[in-house]
Amino acid sequence: MTEHKSYTASELLAVMAARLLKDGQAVFAGVGIPLLAATLAQRLHAGTLTILFEGGVIGPFVVPGQLPPSTNEQRCTRRANMVLPITDVLLLLQRGYVDVGFMGGAQIDRFGNLNSSFIGDPDAPAIRLPGTGGGNDISSLTQMIVAMKHEKRRFVMKVDFITSPGFIDGADSRVKSGLISGGMWRVVTDLALMGFDEKSREMRVLALHPGVTAEQVQDNTGFDLHIDSRVERTAPPYENELAVLRELDPERLYTA
Amino acid sequence: MGMGPDVKSYHDLRKATASRDRGLREKVMSLEEAAPLVNDGDHVAIGGCTLSRTPIAMIWALIRAGRKNLKVSRSIVSTEGDLLFGSGAANHIMTSWFSQGIVWGVSKVMRHYTEKKLARFEEWSHMSMGLRYRAGAMGVPFMATRAMIGSDVGRRVEDQVKPMACPFTGEPLLLLPALNPDVALIHVQRADRYGNAQMDGLQFMDIDLAMAANRVILTTERLISNDQIRRSPDQTRIPFFTVDAVVEVPYGSAPHECYGLYEPFFGHLDYYAGLTSKDAAGGVKNYLDEYYRAPASWSEYLAKLGVDAIMDASRRGRSIFND
Repeated sequence: MTEHKSYTASELLAVMAARLLKDGQAVFAGVGIPLLAATLAQRLHAGTLTILFEGGVIGPFVVPGQLPPSTNEQRCTRRANMVLPITDVLLLLQRGYVDVGFMGGAQIDRFGNLNSSFIGDPDAPAIRLPGTGGGNDISSLTQMIVAMKHEKRRFVMKVDFITSPGFIDGADSRVKSGLISGGMWRVVTDLALMGFDEKSREMRVLALHPGVTAEQVQDNTGFDLHIDSRVERTAPPYENELAVLRELDPERLYTA
Repeated sequence: MGMGPDVKSYHDLRKATASRDRGLREKVMSLEEAAPLVNDGDHVAIGGCTLSRTPIAMIWALIRAGRKNLKVSRSIVSTEGDLLFGSGAANHIMTSWFSQGIVWGVSKVMRHYTEKKLARFEEWSHMSMGLRYRAGAMGVPFMATRAMIGSDVGRRVEDQVKPMACPFTGEPLLLLPALNPDVALIHVQRADRYGNAQMDGLQFMDIDLAMAANRVILTTERLISNDQIRRSPDQTRIPFFTVDAVVEVPYGSAPHECYGLYEPFFGHLDYYAGLTSKDAAGGVKNYLDEYYRAPASWSEYLAKLGVDAIMDASRRGRSIFND
């Protein structure tokens, strides 16, 4: 495929992520691509999708062009069903009312563990990152979708620090460590859609995005993805998906 | 380790509460008069979250008063954490997330102070911070959770938490130590002279903070009468007997947000990010000199932010009621 791409990598990421969400679900979303994708899904195929923000919001409708800078500002409450204290909205995860947790990631490993705390040795880090926020709670307690850029430095064999747990060391190690619910479900990037092997819990490519080769995905990944030669392909972004997305983020804060 | 260093004995907790003057009394004072309620080395909990309802004016007053070695906790820490580290007011911050905000990337000031080990950023999950305050608010020494298990976030504070098998089901749990801060700083939209506080919009962890802390300094956009409080007691979120000081401070969260009144001052926050990304330590020092030390009063500080910026933030803030 040599067609000229009429969308950016971030737009592709948002569209592919939106397609994973279904009507009727309750989704805990972070700001940036997750919120954009959830709002896009809400406008297109999942009108009854309920968004939850860790700032304490149930069911808002984000106003196009007024994306919140975090999940804790007044913009997050537009047309919401309810606002409640942070601890109580997070406890909805523990009680089991949240179908999907949806967030970005700085670094992920082959078992879906996420690191947003330290690059390098935690006791003498090369970079101190901002930390978990609600990431650890969400990934400990519900099914997860992660949306991130596909780069070798981000897709590593083993994360420097497990901020948000995936399948820990693979196989049944997550459950054995004491996390008896939730787990990684999908990782969506600007190159491919990935899931996890039922037994080994290793990351696997489920589908390649339009124009992307298996080699390209493997070259941008720090571990072996065992890509099947007959792996599926995702459909390219539709015009209406891109149109709504651009209406939501006209200044391209998250989709440049 | 049996009892984490933050867990107070129930006897001491009750004694501290009993020793306070909890009567229905007026407690209005200035920022300068409230500052001595915080001692060097205290554990200070900060209300609001990220850029919202941050008690900036009280933090401003504490930095100006030269407070040192505070241990600070908050749900999520934004620019106020940079300023507390940069001024030397705090050398230890306990929180779930620490940077100005996602759109500005990782805080260079936070990185400078933590990577050079000049100050400590102790990381807990967001819900864990909330449950620790709630345990403190409930007067129990710990709260059980199903999060933070299996991760390095839990492992890194393993001397303060305790894994436990549920005595009823045998399921794995993690026990989180209660937080009873020495002082909580909370900014609200309305309060009366006794400290009955009403909040609009997002409550964050503020109600638990007020109940958990041994002292509360309340700053408020508006001082209202007790009659006004009594006309809508269902809107009151913090009861007067938890509060030790009430300070009326219009725009007391600027350049952060106060729900329904003003949104973040984005231009100023972009300016701050630019200043500190070039030179983290120097930038934050210059900012503190210019905005925290040079102004003679809170009004002068607001004047430095500028009328245009205040009007823009207010217009956006009040638009929440336009739907």
